[in-house]
Amino acid sequence: MTTGQRVGRALLLMIAMGTVMAPWLAPHSAADQLVNRAYAPPTPLRVHDAEGFHAPFFNAQIMTDRLRRDFGTDETVRIPVVVRHGKLLTSMADDQPLLLLGADSLGRDVFARVALGARWSLGVVLCGALGALLIGALIGAGAAVAGGRVDAWMMRLADFVLVLPSVYLVLVLRSLLPDVLTTGDVFALMSLLFALAAWPHVARGVRAIVSVELTRDYADAARAAGAGRWRVMRHVLPACRGFLAAELVLLVPALLSAEAAVSYLGLGFSEPTPSWGTMLQEAANVRVLAEAPWLLAPAAALFVVVLALQMIGARAGTRATFFDSLATHASSSRPS
Amino acid sequence: MIAGLARFVARRIFASLIFVAIVAASAFALTKLAPGDATSDLVAAGASSSEIARERTRLGLDQPVTEQAAHWALGVMRGDLGESSALGGPVRALVLAHTAATAQLATLALVLATLIGVPLGIANGAWPTHWLARLSTPVSLLLLSCPPMVAALGLMLLGATTGWLSISPGAWLLPTLALALPLAASLERLQVQAVRDVVDAPDLLAAAARGIPPARLIWVHVSRQSLRPVLGIYGVVIGSLFAGSFTVEVITSWPGLGRLMYAALRGRDVALVAGCALAGAACLAVGNLVADVLRMLVDPRSQELG
Repeated sequence: MTTGQRVGRALLLMIAMGTVMAPWLAPHSAADQLVNRAYAPPTPLRVHDAEGFHAPFFNAQIMTDRLRRDFGTDETVRIPVVVRHGKLLTSMADDQPLLLLGADSLGRDVFARVALGARWSLGVVLCGALGALLIGALIGAGAAVAGGRVDAWMMRLADFVLVLPSVYLVLVLRSLLPDVLTTGDVFALMSLLFALAAWPHVARGVRAIVSVELTRDYADAARAAGAGRWRVMRHVLPACRGFLAAELVLLVPALLSAEAAVSYLGLGFSEPTPSWGTMLQEAANVRVLAEAPWLLAPAAALFVVVLALQMIGARAGTRATFFDSLATHASSSRPS
Repeated sequence: MIAGLARFVARRIFASLIFVAIVAASAFALTKLAPGDATSDLVAAGASSSEIARERTRLGLDQPVTEQAAHWALGVMRGDLGESSALGGPVRALVLAHTAATAQLATLALVLATLIGVPLGIANGAWPTHWLARLSTPVSLLLLSCPPMVAALGLMLLGATTGWLSISPGAWLLPTLALALPLAASLERLQVQAVRDVVDAPDLLAAAARGIPPARLIWVHVSRQSLRPVLGIYGVVIGSLFAGSFTVEVITSWPGLGRLMYAALRGRDVALVAGCALAGAACLAVGNLVADVLRMLVDPRSQELG
């Protein structure tokens, strides 16, 4: 394993733990509207100031202009960070909330919303990706075993869906359904749509692997022992495990940006559910974006997840370079 | 080879026509199946039932669905895509203008990404210990992790705070960069791998033994042999450019096919949805065809597969 892969795995583990622990990590709930904190900038955690080192604290935030939403910090007031109400990180003082990533237009804690939104965004993407793997594996294996005309038509269908841009496909299918749905329904529906848009690549790969594996001796042995056409699949399918794992690493980034795009347009999760795409709607206005860049935190979170997956998926090992290999060829062919 | 190419192109054009027809017809059918029609907004706006009935007659919505479909299909054969109920005016003009905008964006991004990604990939594959390769490996990892949506929002922030990039609607550099940078990074990674895979080939060793200088060996011999994997994914790249341009268009207010399609879907504008699908599918089909022909010209071996 390369250093990059190790870092990627560590990053992914942290994201997973953060997502699971979100209700305890987040100082506020996703819907809490803090008084006088609309567009409040982040209050960074500090351990050191002019008076030396302290337990983790942040400086008090004061609203200097209510209309222009100007905020200042009072460097002389230290608000300690404590464990309270079952939250791992929260402010000691009730009128001085801890805002690690600032607040949005309604005075809601962006950090809490990103952390809690990860459950919706990553959850729906993971369900969609697993669904795509399942559909793809079933269709691919089915095509390989059935062969003939069924195989040809299934692969033609896969090619057809493969060429279509997935965002358009999801968008068209989504707009067929009622606009207003409960969050649970949206979750189930979007997982299904993602699975329906993303299966073809998986199906092609599984079909290629299965049709090779079916010609191997162990498949013959299983058949000789009396296994039927479908029973053989139990022996053959495990050969696809590596491919499916690699596909999962490729599918999650693609579906994450699809979720962000669909929710950004207002066709996915809707307010007040904190999904990353829904949160980015606030960053759509350039003037707001320039004054409150912390609203891009969901985009940064998306970036970190994709980065971790890219690091894990990056091809390991730098093989011998061109000139190295020339040198080796030259030295090995030289009579010694 | 020319005869083979011609037969291949003819067969592919036929397949593309079927593809475009299926996509446009499914878009038509799916929008018809969706709840509500072009007059749903009038109901919400409180129009009287006689007004709605008149509007439905004007749009031909009171005809049976099969008749509407036949009317539309006959129109398409004559090059008439119908009237837009949501935006007004003929669908053809709307779709052509927006398709041109999207095609311009996608082509610019594709050319820019190719010009950056492929030469850089060849150089980095051939000289992986050079400072350029050491620098571009982490940079392309970072860019690869920026989906077009994140890239577009990041560039918007950069443009708004520093003024280096114009963020006004219609500025072409920002959406092009948002699409091209992640693509350039993935082309670079792919090209590095492709170069590494061919440098060990015996014919290159033979060429080196005959005294061909390393630079010529890399830029002529290696690069030609290593282009096949990159050209092979161009078909996929064109599809992903379309998908990426959708979000980039919405974020940067680029007047492209994505925004038009979205408006058409929201307004239940059947003719416009079908028209957008037709134009989009045609672009995809042309792009795929060009990619396949290019691949055959660079590597005649792929002809046997076509």
